[in-house]
Amino acid sequence: MFPTPIQQTSRFTQISYKVALPLTILIWLLPLAAIMMTSVRSIADINAGNYWGWPEQWMLIENYTEVFARTNMGRYLLNSVLITVPVMIFSVGLATMAGFALAKYKFRGRIAIFAVFIGGNFVPFQILMIPVRDLTIQTGLYDTIWALIIFHTAFQTGFCTLFMRNFIVGLPDELFESCRLEGASEWQIFTKIVLPLVRPALAALSVLIFTFIWNDYFWALVLVQSDEVRPITAGISALRGQWLASWQLISAGSIVAALPPVILFFAMQRHFIAGLTLGATKG
Amino acid sequence: MQETSGQSRWHALTPWLFMLPAMLLFAVYVIIPIFQSIWISFFDWDGIGDKVFIGFGNYAELMDDPQFWTALWNNVLWLLFFMLAVPIGLGVALFLNQQVLGIRAVKSLFFFPFVISQVIVGVVFSWFYDPSSGLLQDIIGIFGFEPLPILASESMATYGIIAAGLWPQIAYTMILYLTGLNNLSPDQIEAARMDGAHGWSMLWKVIIPQLRPATFIAVVVTVIGALRSFDLVATMTGGGPYGSTTVLAFFMYEQSIFSYRMGYGAAIATVLFLLMLVYIAFFLWRMLRAERG
Repeated sequence: MFPTPIQQTSRFTQISYKVALPLTILIWLLPLAAIMMTSVRSIADINAGNYWGWPEQWMLIENYTEVFARTNMGRYLLNSVLITVPVMIFSVGLATMAGFALAKYKFRGRIAIFAVFIGGNFVPFQILMIPVRDLTIQTGLYDTIWALIIFHTAFQTGFCTLFMRNFIVGLPDELFESCRLEGASEWQIFTKIVLPLVRPALAALSVLIFTFIWNDYFWALVLVQSDEVRPITAGISALRGQWLASWQLISAGSIVAALPPVILFFAMQRHFIAGLTLGATKG
Repeated sequence: MQETSGQSRWHALTPWLFMLPAMLLFAVYVIIPIFQSIWISFFDWDGIGDKVFIGFGNYAELMDDPQFWTALWNNVLWLLFFMLAVPIGLGVALFLNQQVLGIRAVKSLFFFPFVISQVIVGVVFSWFYDPSSGLLQDIIGIFGFEPLPILASESMATYGIIAAGLWPQIAYTMILYLTGLNNLSPDQIEAARMDGAHGWSMLWKVIIPQLRPATFIAVVVTVIGALRSFDLVATMTGGGPYGSTTVLAFFMYEQSIFSYRMGYGAAIATVLFLLMLVYIAFFLWRMLRAERG
């Protein structure tokens, strides 16, 4: 273990470590703590310059109600869900099939196709922007949630394929061979053997994709424009223009927008980190 | 013999059928658009009317556009300073790699800025920097300094945005290193301890070489993050003041969407793409080498 376990060090080091730990976490999360406090203050409190003190008035319910009552926040949240969930299902589904093919069949061009999926996944969004926007307008999908669903599904398929292929490649070949000898079709092998075995990877990947899509801002600006279809990231940014210096509302809105991926992260932490660090230990 | 060849032809088709939907979507929305964008960059086009072929005209114009050089220079700054996320992430990971009560909770609290949308990070830091009511002003006020309008200053705004970007990025590299530290070989560390290595010499000679896979991924995701920087610039300054914080990604968006200069925008995107291609090629080369070897 490195560094040396703190239990084996001097008493002084041990105590300093225990003091330093909460202190660093406090500093690290200071901007966030401040915004949480701000979201429950009254405008008078903010104007009086009370940032650190106890709120003069607790406006928790008032501020958060106002965010939902006076703006389209509820609609934005719903749109984000309607976009994110289908993308998660479609991209992971398509990628599991493609990943299986790339992992367990030997054919010419296999490495090249795999490389295209990986490389495409890293390109800057701007190189895709104009053609994708044109295509979306031509197909009549511009300013609908389908514009975002289809694009995100297509783009995330690259990352998902890389992920699933690397997971499936580790499954034992004998399993597939013995099924083939028993006369199972390739599709049966996929549904009966591959799908049950990749379940842990599916969980990890789904959480990651949820976060990526929920937090997307660029495509939300480029492919949709009306309040009825805007996801929360674009929504918050539009609301900031209206609220100007009403920091208590901006803060409350931001917290509402950040909450779903944060909850998901804390609920599925192990999967999330396993997904994110795949490749950090080998390769 | 006939039968088996028919069967094997069918068998040869199977993987392609499995890949077909993914390949089609990926080709239509990712691969083909890359070439279309490069093609569009040779035209003068407002997005609606006819395209007029102008060869390298857009690129020639870029060379004379001070805004392009500002954007490019800012991308260089992003690349340089964003890299701080790698050593700092390692530092935090070393700091947190202990087994004490509540350490799991501390690790996840450290990580969670990464889960938050960059738009929200932008809002949080805009408020943090706000000259009239921001937290930063209070902090430097304690030391007797005047309020510092970071985001309104042409010379400081980009650094202010990069600092905001480092917050989630450090969280990311930290988690990569924590996983790496978890997978260190205890035997080698013990052997090195026997040989008298400890502290810095241990870190340099034994630990960091073993963390190479984590470092590789950390560098790759940080480079990509730096070149992709858009959300923070858009939410914190919108490229201002006077275009001083623009980056290629934002400059391209601005030119295409607000100025209706699709050809020019495509040329900017192509430059950004070529920059990124260096790293993509490097990554693929390493990945495929590992695959074969």
